[in-house]
Amino acid sequence: MSSIKALARLVKELEDQLVVCMRCGLCQAVCPLFAETGREADVARGKLALLDGLAREIFENPRGVQDRLARCLLCGSCAANCPSGVKVLDIFIKARAILAGYLGLPPWKKALFRRVLSKPEFFNRVLAWGARFQGIFIKPVDDLLGSSCSRFLSPLLRGRHLKPLAPVPLHRQAPTLNTPPGAAGLKVAFFVGCLIDKVFPQVGEAVLKILDHHGVGVYLPQDQGCCGIPALSSGDTVAFERLLRHNLEIFGSVPFDHLLTACATCTSTIKKMWPLMGQEYGEAEQARIAALADKVLDISQFLADQVGLAPGGPEGVGDKVPITYHDPCHLKKSLDVAAQPRALIRANPRYELREMAEADWCCGCGGSFNLQHYEISAAIGRRKRDNVLNSGAAAVATGCPACMLQLTDMLSRAGARVIVKHTAEIYAETLPGPQEGYGSRPSDPGKIIGSKRWRRRSRD
Amino acid sequence: MVNQALVKEFQRILGKEQVFLEETDRATYAYDAAVLEPVLPAIVLRPWSTDELGQVVRLCHENSLPLTVRGAGTNLSGGSIPGRGGAVVLTTALNQILEINEADLYAVVQPGVVTAKLAGAVEAKGLFYPPDPGSMAVSTLGGNVAENAGGLRGLKYGVTRDYVMGLTFFAASGETVKTGSRTVKCVSGYNLAALLVGSEGTLGVISEIILKLIPLPAARRSMMATFDAVSKASETVAAIIAQRIVPATLEFLDNFTIRTVEDYSRAGLPVDAAALLLIEVDGHPAVVAEEAEKVETICRKMGATQIHVARDPAERDRVWSARRSALPALAKLKPTCVLEDATVPRSKIPAMIQALEDISRRFHLPIGTFGHAGDGNLHPTILTDRRNQEEWARVEAAVDAIFEKALELGGTLSGEHGIGTAKSRFLEKEFGKGTILYSKRIKAAVDPHNILNPGKIIG
Repeated sequence: MSSIKALARLVKELEDQLVVCMRCGLCQAVCPLFAETGREADVARGKLALLDGLAREIFENPRGVQDRLARCLLCGSCAANCPSGVKVLDIFIKARAILAGYLGLPPWKKALFRRVLSKPEFFNRVLAWGARFQGIFIKPVDDLLGSSCSRFLSPLLRGRHLKPLAPVPLHRQAPTLNTPPGAAGLKVAFFVGCLIDKVFPQVGEAVLKILDHHGVGVYLPQDQGCCGIPALSSGDTVAFERLLRHNLEIFGSVPFDHLLTACATCTSTIKKMWPLMGQEYGEAEQARIAALADKVLDISQFLADQVGLAPGGPEGVGDKVPITYHDPCHLKKSLDVAAQPRALIRANPRYELREMAEADWCCGCGGSFNLQHYEISAAIGRRKRDNVLNSGAAAVATGCPACMLQLTDMLSRAGARVIVKHTAEIYAETLPGPQEGYGSRPSDPGKIIGSKRWRRRSRD
Repeated sequence: MVNQALVKEFQRILGKEQVFLEETDRATYAYDAAVLEPVLPAIVLRPWSTDELGQVVRLCHENSLPLTVRGAGTNLSGGSIPGRGGAVVLTTALNQILEINEADLYAVVQPGVVTAKLAGAVEAKGLFYPPDPGSMAVSTLGGNVAENAGGLRGLKYGVTRDYVMGLTFFAASGETVKTGSRTVKCVSGYNLAALLVGSEGTLGVISEIILKLIPLPAARRSMMATFDAVSKASETVAAIIAQRIVPATLEFLDNFTIRTVEDYSRAGLPVDAAALLLIEVDGHPAVVAEEAEKVETICRKMGATQIHVARDPAERDRVWSARRSALPALAKLKPTCVLEDATVPRSKIPAMIQALEDISRRFHLPIGTFGHAGDGNLHPTILTDRRNQEEWARVEAAVDAIFEKALELGGTLSGEHGIGTAKSRFLEKEFGKGTILYSKRIKAAVDPHNILNPGKIIG
């Protein structure tokens, strides 16, 4: 039992944070998982009690704690509403790393994170092959949402309606950019993120179109890495560190004013998780991490707070399209960004924003949570879907590609004729250039591009 | 003892999924919100119907298995911490609002309905369920009844007890017991509901609750009054009541709490003030206007240095955010926060606050005091770190001193948090030997195997 003692010692390092929880139980009111299962082990207070038990060596087998710790969306609803200010996400991320270090990662995860995800160039190649051959396994199911489902009974895909990999990812359309500041007098580095690059390149295109319009200089480096959250949330600090160092290398060498993303989760990871995990690095590296964390902004934050929104285009003819907005947890609860995305939507006169009930209730995706606990993830997603449908909106916008995946799945499975868009896409529609909007065919890469400063290039 | 045969029986009644046996699941039902040591239950059971609940109770009785009913586990005196080797019975799946009757002004609910859910549902119909314990966003009505929960509106609207019209509960041996009715008047049979309310799960297992509803007040007005002496604030409370005005809420914050809230929220509170009173009157718009004016005049006459009347909902929200922030702000100062609720007659508030200041000095402990000045229910909150043994000993001594003082002033150990295990050793001091003996006889008569939440209230 000496090793469980060693584990207890590691968990004890979290004690200063664990002890802050006074077990008031108010997290039960906001936890999307607890709302579905009603099990105390699924809510933050229960998990914190389990970690406390681990530190006190009351459990003989830590695997039970690890399993329960994995049943969490990391949405941060509990932390945002905690009266005592328990840093729930910091604790859970560190505890997952400690437990994964102690118990080992499952082989498939280890291979995925260390051999594929943490090698951006190789990861890109693998998914390019995937995009080419995915048609064998999946077939289109909803033309409006652009979703597909499995062609045959698949234990992996279950009944999912998923967004296929884009035929041409963003990094193939715009491999590199390094343009000087224009009218805005600002230069940003664009951190694209995996899902926007590979599944929703049209969101990346919208961002580039917006930046071009506002005269913002763009640094878009080649072979960007993943922000690291999939590895980190599984406790794989090795793969996470590789990605972090890779990104530090790539984004640390060119001067810019802001590090921009259109992915709520990437922004939140860079802002919160990079400095948290970098605490044990050397001073120089910590400073570089802090510099990037300070500079990172969500696209809506950047536009509304730093640049100023363009006056909306002409009113247009006909009725306005009713649109609703879903608050990604990693924007609202993690970064307190809720007004800016709505301002982006309101800037488009073709739409009328109709708030849904519980707009900031988690969509249930949670990244890898969706892969491992699809039934619960879908149950949470159906609550979101119903709120979207009850709003009467014909479109739902959000600021996170992971939420977009989940919303697409839920709406497509219900046969709902509601399109899913990124707020940046809605805003980009108001700007001069090819229009892409409600009712048009989704995701035809290369269509929104209105800039002569960058063109689709092939590296083959 | 939970043996394999018994486990199988529970699984047969509830289904395997609803019987939690793994240590890691059981460990999450070993605590509540009280600062007490957790106790691991042997088994956790989650019935999904009243019938299943009854069968569970009967089986526990037949096997002499102690059972502790648990709703949201927000209890502040250890009432939902199970007995060693016992069962925890969850009411979370019994969460249906069975009826909201607008003609007869009552609601029928299962015990696992969350307080805020009922409050919201009746408010949507223009009705009002006033008890508003601080945990109402998660607390269950079964727990509220078992603890006789209070809240901010006690002064004018009373506490949970005042809204329980009837109950259905299971006796320890599993028979169904009914008491009260859907009528305003009911003198049929013993008033067993009165016995069950506040019995902390020691006398029966509640399965259905009939709750009184009242019309939603049409208007309300809030204000904040600042005082340079605690005595002036409490004299103001007395003066308001003397004028025959009963505000819906009349809350007090001491200087320590004011400073802590201001550090935390930067809401622009007067950090030099000795005390703040937050007052809300509600009812018919004309009455509200008149009473608000009177209250303002009284505050001024009693020496309030500043009075701020909220003019719109946003301002009202700002007034009450100071009160809402009190506990979160205090809780963030130190790792452990011991929230007490010793209660004194309203007129003894100045003496109690003086005593709390003395106790804070005597034991070298920071104590923030806020609470329901209108009903004498203060919440002295001791800030500490339970890992520091020497300090923890002083905290325990300070809590004892608070209890002593409250009793000396003619008050009570607990206004709304319950006795549980945290305060049971003081109960005899408040009520005398005879009371404890009488209570124990009742307990022994209705629960001969002593399975219903043993060890709570009377030890």
